[in-house]
Amino acid sequence: MQTVANTSGVSMGEKPPGIEGAGFFATSLEKVVGMARKNSIWPLPFATSCCGIEFMATMGAHYDLARFGSERLSFSPRQADLLMVMGTIAKKMGPVLRQVYEQMAEPRWVLSVGACACSGGIFDTYSVLQGIDRIIPVDVYVPGCPPRPEQIIDGVMKIQHLVETESLRRRESPEYKAMLNKYGIE
Amino acid sequence: MNVNESLIDRPEAVEKQYTTLNLGPTHPATHGIFQNVLTMDGEVIVNAEPTIGYIHRAFEKLAERRPYNQITPITDRLNYCSSPINNIGWHMTVEKLLGTEIPKRVQYLRVIIMELARITDHLVCNAVIGVDTGALTGFVYMFQQREAVYEIYEEICGARLTTNIGRIGGFERDFSQKAWDKINKFLIEFPKVLKEFENLLMRNRIFMDRTIGAGGITSERALSYSFSGPNLRATGIDYDVRVATPYSSYEDFDFVIPVGTNGDVYDRFMVRQEEMWQSLNIIKQAMAKLPEGPFHADVPEFYLPPKQEVYNDMEALIYHFKIVMGETEIPKGEVYHCVEGGNGELGFYLISDGGRTPYRLQFRRPCFIYYQAYPEIIKGSMLSDAILTMSSMNVIAGELDA
Amino acid sequence: MEVSSQERVIATLKEKYEDEILHVETPYNFLTITLKKEKIVEIIRFLYESPDLRFQYLTSLGGIHYPELKQIAVFYQLHNLYSNERLRLKIYLPEENPVTETITSIFAGANWLERETYDFYGVIFEGHPNLKRVLNVEDMIIFPMRKEYPLEDQTRDDKNDDMFGR
Repeated sequence: MQTVANTSGVSMGEKPPGIEGAGFFATSLEKVVGMARKNSIWPLPFATSCCGIEFMATMGAHYDLARFGSERLSFSPRQADLLMVMGTIAKKMGPVLRQVYEQMAEPRWVLSVGACACSGGIFDTYSVLQGIDRIIPVDVYVPGCPPRPEQIIDGVMKIQHLVETESLRRRESPEYKAMLNKYGIE
Repeated sequence: MNVNESLIDRPEAVEKQYTTLNLGPTHPATHGIFQNVLTMDGEVIVNAEPTIGYIHRAFEKLAERRPYNQITPITDRLNYCSSPINNIGWHMTVEKLLGTEIPKRVQYLRVIIMELARITDHLVCNAVIGVDTGALTGFVYMFQQREAVYEIYEEICGARLTTNIGRIGGFERDFSQKAWDKINKFLIEFPKVLKEFENLLMRNRIFMDRTIGAGGITSERALSYSFSGPNLRATGIDYDVRVATPYSSYEDFDFVIPVGTNGDVYDRFMVRQEEMWQSLNIIKQAMAKLPEGPFHADVPEFYLPPKQEVYNDMEALIYHFKIVMGETEIPKGEVYHCVEGGNGELGFYLISDGGRTPYRLQFRRPCFIYYQAYPEIIKGSMLSDAILTMSSMNVIAGELDA
Repeated sequence: MEVSSQERVIATLKEKYEDEILHVETPYNFLTITLKKEKIVEIIRFLYESPDLRFQYLTSLGGIHYPELKQIAVFYQLHNLYSNERLRLKIYLPEENPVTETITSIFAGANWLERETYDFYGVIFEGHPNLKRVLNVEDMIIFPMRKEYPLEDQTRDDKNDDMFGR
């Protein structure tokens, strides 16, 4: 059987290290699951303000987040993998965000886009939550006011790296549960 | 025979029970963060109870703490789809308080920027009306044009969305040749895309069936609710701040105010569509008649002097220091200035007590005022019409809550 | 608004309500009339219905806190769309008990504007159909826009006050 050489210079993705033969490829399960997960993240866009408009530009044709596998935006937390919090979260909105996070199924990741979501931003006022990491655990922070679409895509790529290299047992581990308990999430 | 009547006549008629539906703060169809608790009789809405404030960022109190030129980034975030209009409106308010004379060139450049911003605001609204009826294609095409305008903003002020454009007194630098090239390119390419978008939706039978008759309001109720902008013009009243109290040389330009008849979703879509064509017309006129001259007024207390002068001249150094530390003198007084924002009359009521920060700054936000009418408009309509009405009213959460 | 039309408005108002007017001024050519608070609703209704002054559009409504006078002012900005005239009315209420009547019976758009003024300053509008907080959280006990309350979130402990001037 003859294998077709890849002469176009375009690769569909990096192969994880493994043993290859005629019609089979053997590697560890973690690596395959990581590769599959990282290329099919379904985001939940929790867009509240100006960063939401930059997200709409990122989803548009020019910057196209869909080529990273995020074609299907899920507005239902039960079916989403990545919670993208974009925009200012006021103290009135905090419980709603918390409820949405708790409804997501494991494994779940959180991307905090924009200065307001990371730390309250320019709004150091009585009504704005000074960073969403006061109520939910955050994986990647994307600063900017608003961040350019390239920065948002960079944030998603860092999430992809986290997804790819995560251990399959992480969500059951005692350290993870201790971290969730710190936020008061069971 | 009406089916409902026959049910009521029968003795074993079923007792009506209303369901409660929470159109919650996070919802894919509500473009913004506001909640509506709907009481529904099947598919028909009987009552709606709105709750807003989920993105209240205390702009008015924040403005009492910041010097005048530091308030411009806050005004950006009011109606963030068309932030140059908010910035320039604020600058004009302070200039009115100071009583400065703005050169003609600055006024024409401001008109060009504001009309570009108005086009982008109406782009988003019309594309989103299309999305809510199921037509996603128009949205993708229109957002591509928004990228073209972002590039123009970047050439002029460096930022894409929250622009902080201009300064009190004018602009920080004249528009570069590259900016003019990009504006010219936009003026050539955008009409073709806008025509394509119109062909997709304007006489499309499905779109017309969905939108005509949905979400209407009479002009008397609209005036009582203090509507302004495209929502008011769709009901038939031709009140436009650019014509009623012209600012920044709008009286030099020749344009038409489009007016609707029923105040329903289709009329709002058509009014915004026609306003985009009129804005293109105004930009062309402004570019044709653009006078030469300085690109900023002589306001040394607020306008940073050029760096060469700061390093060589004592007076410029002192002004630079005072402006950066926010310790400039300003007259005492009360002033109200309004501009025609993308959604209506955006007003700034500024009370100054001579200190470095405003004593009171109230933003007259059109979205906040006309969103009150939403429960009345959707009463008796179906849920999908209610969603369409909300997106056609162009409620921007930043302007709603401030 | 030209001076002649401003004088016409003042003259028509003085015919009926001479003793309610406390002060008239025109800062930056904008007619501002300070009134006593008792008959404000009647005066606004008169301005609405009178055939020569048809101020039938409510532009804006809000509050201003003057801690040195111990008063909270409420301002109403009206607009006559027929002849393009604008008018500002101000009433002053005592700080400890700011109570006035609602104008939702004349303008439907005053509903949320009055709720916002209540939310920020604590001004009670009698007769309002639903006087609850509109922008802040429901269970807030203070009225945040009053000058004695701080702007910043008090739970932050990582900002250096010397450098940020809080």
